[in-house]
Amino acid sequence: MATFTLPKNSTIGQGQVFKAEPGAKDVRAFKIYRWDPDTGDNPRTDTYELDLAQTGPMVLDALIKIKNEVDSTLTFRRSCREGICGSCAMNIDGLNTLACLKPIEDVKGDVRISPLPHMPVMKDLVPDLSQIYAQYRSIEPWLKADTPAPPDEERRQSKEERAKLDGMWECILCFCCSTSCPSYWWNGDRYLGPAVLLAAYRWIADSRDEYTGERLDNLEDPFRLYRCHTIMNCTRACPKGLNPAEAIGKIKTLMVERQG
Amino acid sequence: MNEMSKTNAAVMRTPLGRVRGLGSAKSGTHHWWMQRVTSIALLPLTLWFVVSMLSLAGASFAQTRAFLAWPVNAVLMLALIGLTFHHIAAGLQVVVEDYVRKDMQRIAALLVIKGGCWLMALVCAFAVLRVAFT
Repeated sequence: MATFTLPKNSTIGQGQVFKAEPGAKDVRAFKIYRWDPDTGDNPRTDTYELDLAQTGPMVLDALIKIKNEVDSTLTFRRSCREGICGSCAMNIDGLNTLACLKPIEDVKGDVRISPLPHMPVMKDLVPDLSQIYAQYRSIEPWLKADTPAPPDEERRQSKEERAKLDGMWECILCFCCSTSCPSYWWNGDRYLGPAVLLAAYRWIADSRDEYTGERLDNLEDPFRLYRCHTIMNCTRACPKGLNPAEAIGKIKTLMVERQG
Repeated sequence: MNEMSKTNAAVMRTPLGRVRGLGSAKSGTHHWWMQRVTSIALLPLTLWFVVSMLSLAGASFAQTRAFLAWPVNAVLMLALIGLTFHHIAAGLQVVVEDYVRKDMQRIAALLVIKGGCWLMALVCAFAVLRVAFT
């Protein structure tokens, strides 16, 4: 059966509390999931109090401030700090999102931060994404065509054909959506999940691609595609405002359409 | 991922090899589509069934027999039975596929569901025909 409770070595304990400096005006507590593979200890929640008057506006600003000034052992991924790289995806205040795009002001009370749900944790807020990257690789996210490209120009595409890719090319593969999906939690080893299916549909919908049928063949599977039950967590979570559930619906429509 | 032991046992295999696994089953569309089709068909049928049963409340056996002996009612009743159990089996199959992880357990559960639904559909259909043709 699916596992509904945490194994003993995953239950989260109380961690340290780092008090705000005396004289801090606008204090906010950040409760952050911590786990270190080297100690063998259970995960814990550490509390960091920051003076918001001395902190940037986004949750990522707070994390960087903690790492720089309070506790350098706090581990998380970040790079572009403007919602383009997808590195700082994590669960903030119960919703998967990008720390760099999430204003601290939007969170009421303590700011609870944990890694993307139901992924193996490597350390603190860093999940192991190797399986989901392999799933992305498995849908062959590149143009496949037998007709050679014209020698002196790019492959032609009408404005209407190009417009079909809008709402999909913007995906930055942060996997906020896939890790918010209960179907992906229970069957992530076989179900591809919303992010990868959105990417798959991006190539199915590309007028320049000549392997649409093969792409659909590879998705036509009770687990790879049909574990989607339109729960819609994916669309709610997407920090870029995309709609993976709609893309999955379009894949299912094409599956029925090609049956006759 | 739930079965960490399984993942660990296969740890030498590349993630891509594990993800590709046994390949695509090239099926699932029929199951998914029939779930939609049966649910649409069951909307009017269930409504007809409820209204008919309410109108038969307190009726004698002879009146009920006469109702079922009318060919339109008998055919609609058989359609309702077939579609309902098809829909039940399809829906339960989704639940089992979602939550039962071990291959043998899943296959066994699906066989029990399909067999059970088949049998119950036949029992219901037999009862309708028997009353209709008495």
